[in-house]
Amino acid sequence: MTTSTPELRRRRQLRFSLNRQQIIGLLWQVAVVGIAVAIVAFLWSNALHNLSVRRISTGFAFLGREAGMPIADTWLAYSPRDPYARAFIVGIINTLRVAVIGIVLATVIGTLIGIARLSSNWLLSRLAAVYVELLRDIPLLLQLLFWYVLMQGLPAARAAWKPIEGVFLSNRGLILPSVPIAEANLWVIAAVVAGLIALYVLRRQLMARQMADGKVRRLWPYALALVVGFPALVSFGLGASWTVTMPELRGFNFVGGLTLAPEYFALLIALVTYTSAFVAEIVRSGIQAVPRGQWDAANALGLRRSFVLQRIVLPQALRVIIPPMTSQYLNLTKNSSLAVAVGYQDVVSIANTTLNQTGQAIEAIALIMMVFLTISLGISLFMNWYNARIALVER
Amino acid sequence: MTSITDAPQNPLPFKSARSRKIPGGRVIRWLRANLFASVTSSVISVLLIALLAKAFVSLVQWGYWNAIWSVPGDQTGACRSIRGLGACWAVLPEKYRFILFGTYPFSEQWRPALVCLTFIALFYVSSRRSWWRKELVAVWAAALALIGVLMWGGIAGLTYVSQDRWGGLPVTLILATFGLAFGFPLGIVVALGRRSKLPAIRSLCVLYVELIRGVPLISLLFMASVMFPLFMPDGVNIDKLLRAQIAFVLYAGAYLAEVIRGGLQAVPRGQHDAADALGLSYWKKNGLIILPQAIRHVIPPLVNTFIAFFKDTSLVLIIGIFDLLTTAKTSIIDPAWQPFSVEVYIFVGLIYFVFCFAMSRYSRRLEAQAHPN
Repeated sequence: MTTSTPELRRRRQLRFSLNRQQIIGLLWQVAVVGIAVAIVAFLWSNALHNLSVRRISTGFAFLGREAGMPIADTWLAYSPRDPYARAFIVGIINTLRVAVIGIVLATVIGTLIGIARLSSNWLLSRLAAVYVELLRDIPLLLQLLFWYVLMQGLPAARAAWKPIEGVFLSNRGLILPSVPIAEANLWVIAAVVAGLIALYVLRRQLMARQMADGKVRRLWPYALALVVGFPALVSFGLGASWTVTMPELRGFNFVGGLTLAPEYFALLIALVTYTSAFVAEIVRSGIQAVPRGQWDAANALGLRRSFVLQRIVLPQALRVIIPPMTSQYLNLTKNSSLAVAVGYQDVVSIANTTLNQTGQAIEAIALIMMVFLTISLGISLFMNWYNARIALVER
Repeated sequence: MTSITDAPQNPLPFKSARSRKIPGGRVIRWLRANLFASVTSSVISVLLIALLAKAFVSLVQWGYWNAIWSVPGDQTGACRSIRGLGACWAVLPEKYRFILFGTYPFSEQWRPALVCLTFIALFYVSSRRSWWRKELVAVWAAALALIGVLMWGGIAGLTYVSQDRWGGLPVTLILATFGLAFGFPLGIVVALGRRSKLPAIRSLCVLYVELIRGVPLISLLFMASVMFPLFMPDGVNIDKLLRAQIAFVLYAGAYLAEVIRGGLQAVPRGQHDAADALGLSYWKKNGLIILPQAIRHVIPPLVNTFIAFFKDTSLVLIIGIFDLLTTAKTSIIDPAWQPFSVEVYIFVGLIYFVFCFAMSRYSRRLEAQAHPN
């Protein structure tokens, strides 16, 4: 592109001649940023001074020191001799353990309650409404303490409740039958995931071809082969063992099986029930946002009620549901930090202990913030991607 | 933060049209239409009725028939013997004053009681639409001043009570009310800043909102309780309650800013243009024309934010401030009463529920007024 010199000069002149409003804007910005910088500098210099007075070193060097903090409920091998860095990783995993399972359960239960609230059965819809109102209007922390107290009030291990064979509920927590996970089992799980991904890709291709020529193609033989056959082959080939170990009461404690500690279990129940009340309201308003005409049209075609809900109403409702649902997922994740109140060691609880042991408040809080900002960003990105995928394509 | 549009109950439109022609009395007709409209519905109804009956019977047994309402002194033996079978409501007459007012001097507890009533009156007055006038600001200032006088005392013949003896319901109400009273203007300023055309101001506001909303409230409270003293110059020692209050104001400001921003986006472009055409200044334009409309748009989600915020004040338990939940938890540390925490939590849960339920009903009514169809 060729630009003549006089024109360029004129443009430059334009750029530097500000009108009155622009000058006022500039002054405002300088003033506000100046005040913000001054406040931060003031606080920062105070902090540096106070830290040196209290002989607290700054920086993240403490992460390499021995933590000396016991952590009861871990998935990762951990001992109090390990450094703070490892304790933090254990904490992050514990946070994710609650958040991911909590999100899945809250979504399922919340959706069911939301649909129940719209049921034509009066009793069912009233009960769902009571569930929502009751759980929404009581602080989560109170509910958490309540569940925790109830868990502690359960009978001791020897007199544990046994609702089904192999499942025990006692003040030691919930004990479930489990399958011991060896390396071969992990490969089989990987095979299932790979099969599901392959199936998803295949389904899209089959759908595209169906769109092109209108011929209906069967998916289930492929599904069977990819999701059942392939993992079975892998399992057989590697000789994975799938014997279920049943927990047993021996002496004063349980042996075998999977134990959900009372702290974890109470936290999970509280988060799931509390969040599901909000999810239910979101699902309900989403379904109600679908125009009545869609129902009438589907009914006129003589479609089954469940089919109408699955294929016609929910896909449209999802567009209304996804954005508020994202913030509920974020809330659940952030609320999992209440773990500290019942002594489940999530990342916040571990950071808090670190802070009390080392006095490195700024670093500990910065770590908490970093972890949560990363998780939040991850959830937002995923949900925004999903939202963009299901958004209405206007032609 | 959720802004759920709570439309009046509107069941899915597949209620069969036949139900209108079913013979029988009104009750029978109602039952057949609402509980036994189809086979599935009937099965669900029967199952639910059975379940409800069972739950109701065991609840009444636990909470009423087998319950103990009072015991002499701290003799909780009778309560212990029925543990699991019946409730021990005797814990409430024993502990209710501690739960409601914490360690506030016993003989002066009429003062925090009066404070709670003042708060409730203030909320009531503020909820009347016909009262939304400039004078309301003065009413608020007067009420908050009165609350300060009653809580602290030291003048007008009232004995001085230091802040570390405050506790219970007044602390919860103070944290929530002051948090909102200061967080609201902050939220308005930040919301305007986020929509401003000046890039530096806009990015500062975005940074503030995203940082606060991206982290759990607990970490903000930890920050207030441990980091705040580090940031203060020598000799400045801010009270723990005030530090928590500051954290709450910052927190409320960020969440309210997002709600108000939603309202600002709903004000049509033409309103801005018209105000500019009249030659109004930025502040006049926003204060007189844009903001009143914007806030009116978002009253229901604002009330929902208030509810969430009211509940969130209970988190100060974690940094050891004596709000309602903390006093409840502390009241059952006493070994004699320790096994009866469920009863105490039910009592406190009821108090929170009454406040939040009143607010959510109110928000629903406002919404119905805003969208009459």
